[in-house]
Amino acid sequence: MNEAALLIAATLASGTPLAIAGLGLLLNEKAGVLNLGAEGMMLVAAIAGFAAALYTGSDTLAFAAGALAGMAMAALFALLVIGLNTNQYATGLALSLFGAGFSAFVGVDLVGKKLADRAPFEVPLLADIPFFGPALFRQHPMVYLAIAAVAALAWFLYRSRAGLVLRAVGESPESAHALGYPVRTIRFAAVVAGGALCGVAGAFLSVVYAPLWVEGLVAGRGWIALALTTFATWRPARVLLGAYLFGGVTMLQFALQGAGVEVSSQLLSMLPYIATIVVLALISRNPLWIRINMPASLGKPFHPGS
Amino acid sequence: MNLPSQRRALLKLAALSSLAASAALMGCGKKEEPAPAPAPAAAPAAAPAAEPLKAAWVYVGPVGDAGWTYAHDQGRKAVEAEYGDKVKTTFVEKVPEGADAERVIRDLAVQGNKIIFATSFGYMEPMLKVAGEFPDVKFEHATGYKTAPNMRIYDAKFYEDAYVAGIIAGTMSKSGTIGFVGSFPIPEVLRNINAYTLGAQSVNPTIKTKVVWVSTWFDPPKEGEAAQSLINGGADVLLQNTDSSAVLQTAEKNGKYAFGWDSDMSAFAPKAHLASCIVDWGGYYKKAVKDVIDGSWKTERTVWGVKEGQNDLIKIADVVPEDTKKKVDEAKAGMKAGTFEVFTGPILANDGKEVLAKGVAADQAWKDKIDFYVKGVEGKIPSAK
Repeated sequence: MNEAALLIAATLASGTPLAIAGLGLLLNEKAGVLNLGAEGMMLVAAIAGFAAALYTGSDTLAFAAGALAGMAMAALFALLVIGLNTNQYATGLALSLFGAGFSAFVGVDLVGKKLADRAPFEVPLLADIPFFGPALFRQHPMVYLAIAAVAALAWFLYRSRAGLVLRAVGESPESAHALGYPVRTIRFAAVVAGGALCGVAGAFLSVVYAPLWVEGLVAGRGWIALALTTFATWRPARVLLGAYLFGGVTMLQFALQGAGVEVSSQLLSMLPYIATIVVLALISRNPLWIRINMPASLGKPFHPGS
Repeated sequence: MNLPSQRRALLKLAALSSLAASAALMGCGKKEEPAPAPAPAAAPAAAPAAEPLKAAWVYVGPVGDAGWTYAHDQGRKAVEAEYGDKVKTTFVEKVPEGADAERVIRDLAVQGNKIIFATSFGYMEPMLKVAGEFPDVKFEHATGYKTAPNMRIYDAKFYEDAYVAGIIAGTMSKSGTIGFVGSFPIPEVLRNINAYTLGAQSVNPTIKTKVVWVSTWFDPPKEGEAAQSLINGGADVLLQNTDSSAVLQTAEKNGKYAFGWDSDMSAFAPKAHLASCIVDWGGYYKKAVKDVIDGSWKTERTVWGVKEGQNDLIKIADVVPEDTKKKVDEAKAGMKAGTFEVFTGPILANDGKEVLAKGVAADQAWKDKIDFYVKGVEGKIPSAK
């Protein structure tokens, strides 16, 4: 029973960076911008967060540095795809490649440095409940913040006027433009906000989860987060569940190995992508689903006055 | 969107991605541009060497990985320190195992390097191919099994480190279960898992080993997850043969014990760190270069270990009891003197079959082919490579 509780705890921790990055990308995509640069943004944020944690000893500053680095990368991306109307797919790929190289370059001297130890985190009282305590209430605060962020984003998108406008921009930028909304400004803001979330996720990996810096630390989690938004059919709550599912799959595989059950790890690491392709195939067959969820102008540049 | 502009976008995408791909390929850059050498044929071989001997290393990771590649680069620096301006060394880092490796090795040979070291298993076939084209260049391949008249192989006995680490693990484990984070189920790694278990059983015959495979040499978050999973399953002393310090740091977080691997990792986890298994390639690299200089180089297989100072267990923590340290020293002394072989029968596989008869010391061929867990290791070896 105890082992099951620990498995749940590990799943929550490993799903958290995926969930935060997935939410950031969801925000991008709801505004009609597809950013394939997630991996690069997370890498640059991971090294920025790690450096901040190393030199200041403060987690809060580390997350702030990660968020800022993610925003800077996202702003660069937004400048190109919104300001200059470059191809979103190519620009995003370039951003990922750039982020991988740049983070390795600036992080050379920080490889193998050690962060100060942090006290284990426990929710007072709740952490002592048998089973549920170790399973749910002994996590880094960021794990709970990620859940709160899902609720906040869902409220923003579906219950607030600003969220409605953002979705309108993602669905039909021409209409939003005709109504007098500044489409490109709104998209820019959404992209930068998404970059901030990806940045926090990157910093979580290098500061809390690993916690260390090495080249390529993010190891594909940016791509999984991208797959996640599609898998979740652009719904915040499903992003969170999907993140726990994809995070939990790895942990479950290790637990099964320990119990002597053999599962091919290669098969499991393909799972997020296969699941995404299946979802894509499903929603492409069903026009209703597409209308409800997939932002209609996703990936298309907007030229005001065209 | 009309068709021509769509096509344009596609073309742009293709152009950009090919640019990006070539940029990525160029990313495995050289650190030290040696001057373009004259064609090999023009170099008089028997001239008294006023010219420095050119030696080159091919690395699979970045030199800053704090593990495998870092250790090889320390060996290269030892060569520089030993021979000064008699030898000129270069290295190429982050070379993918495959077609790129062949190109890089051939390049190094064309540039007049007389001895080239390829430091990862996956370079075996590319190096073999290039060795056929440059008969007057000496090729050295780490951890492989194929040779040629001008290509030889060298290896280390990591399992000797793993065995002495096991002695400490067997003493320090309270739960009676120790853990191992494995990369891929190849003989090299299986030797380490088995040696670790045998070492632990030498002090506590009832010890059990749990193994978790991560299918990568290097993914710190994943290594940490695997370590967490072993700890959740009751293991309290961990060893790994992946390349980062993540396992050690996860043990620290959980108040358990673990070891450093490939290099001294004591700084990462002051409380969890019991000792570090290290490898020092410097001795072999100095010998190989010397063989070329004095003309005694011949093709062979060299497997060095504790005896030759290539492997060692260092920085044993203060929490380890004195008599355990004594046992470690005894085992190491036996390895140094050549009187102690880790794999000495009777050894049973974990399905109960005897794999080595009583009193028999395993030979190299036996160790090269290990494909089983010894008794005490739980589970089955995954079949998927």
